[in-house]
Order: sequence, then C-alpha cells, then structure tokens
Amino acid sequence: MLNIVNKSPLDRTALQACIDAATGGSILLIEDGVYAATRGNAFEAKLKAVQGSYKLFALGPDLDARGFGDRVMDGVTVVDYAGFVELVAEHKNCQSWL
Amino acid sequence: MKFAIQVNEGPYTHQASDSAYHFTKAVLAAGHEVFRVFFYHDGVNNATRLTTPPQDDRNIVNRWSKLAQGSELDLVVCVAAAQRRGIVDDGEAKRNGKDATNLAPGFRISGLGQLIEAGIQADRLVVFGD
Repeated sequence: MLNIVNKSPLDRTALQACIDAATGGSILLIEDGVYAATRGNAFEAKLKAVQGSYKLFALGPDLDARGFGDRVMDGVTVVDYAGFVELVAEHKNCQSWL
Repeated sequence: MKFAIQVNEGPYTHQASDSAYHFTKAVLAAGHEVFRVFFYHDGVNNATRLTTPPQDDRNIVNRWSKLAQGSELDLVVCVAAAQRRGIVDDGEAKRNGKDATNLAPGFRISGLGQLIEAGIQADRLVVFGD
C-alpha cells in the first residue's frame, strides 16, 4: 500500500492517523506533507520511529517550492512526479489520507 | 497501466488541483493511459471557463482543457456537485432553466457512476483533495 499524505503533521493529524492505522508499506509526502520530511521538524522523531515499518518518500518539487530541498532528513527518498507515478504503479493500491 | 484520477478541491485553493494536473501529465509522459479524471465536490470548480486569473498566474482551467485536447482525456464533472456550485453545460441549462452556461472545453458533466466505473476499469485510482 502506498499512503499519500498531503498535510503537515504540525497542522493536521493525517500523517499521525496514517501511521496509527496503516500496517506498513510506503508513505509518500506531498504538498504540505513534505514538512514532515525536513530535518529538525517537530515530527521528525515520530517519523524516524516508523522507518522500520514504512519506506518513506517525499515529492521533490513540493520540497523545493517550500525552500526545503536541501533539508531532507536521512532515510527519506526524494522523488519527482515521474517517481510519484512509478510509486503508484509499483504498489498494488494507494490511499490518500485527506 | 490504466490510471484514474479524482480531484476533490477547487482551483487556487490549496494545491490539490495543481498536484493532480502535474501527476496526470507525468502519467501520460510515462506512457500510461489515463482512463478518466473525475472532478468531485469543490473540484467541479476546475471546470468553469469564466475564470480570469492574473496574467502572470497559471490558468488552471485552461491548462486542464488544453491537456484534454492534446491527449484526448476524459474530464468528467460530477453533476450533483456541479448543480450545487453553478457549473452548467447546455443540457443542464435547458433542464434547470438557466440563462447561461460555463462549462470549459474538454469537460463533460455526468454522474457518480463514472467515478465507480473509473475505479473498476482503472488499475489505480489516485485521489487529490484538501
């Protein structure tokens, strides 16, 4: 399962809900969700704690648009839109945590 | 692979319409098929041809129309959501006694069954929204 999260964990509970309810797979952070993937953000420890259960990805254009392209935490793979499409294709299903 | 895309957010709101557009383009660029893009809830506002964004801003509606034209995309607007928000084509104008239409080129108004069909026919359904 590819879990797509588009809200900052500092603003909304979508990412926390995803981590609590989903049972592994991958998480792709897009839009304001990419704040969760930045070094030093308040949610960093929680995301690090689930790195064993999920593969973590963040959308590069959305990181760049927010000026955080060079502040991605370790363990998060940055993808572009082509990579986003590949992730959706690779996983049997996907869930947008809106 | 067949993709279906659902857009639940209007243009110029947060980012969902932009993300859906860039994703759709990337799907096509990768050689996949886009079975349908379904506009639901406030997403139907992506289909009004009467928007006039500032000249230095992206024109989200025209962008969808152009993509539909170039790639023969099926852009479907939910009829119930469209009626609530005043998105009208010729048929709906006649049926509901409206004096104008505003559906942008490349879009068509239809029912929720089109979303269900897209979910069944496509290999993947990706939802963008608020």
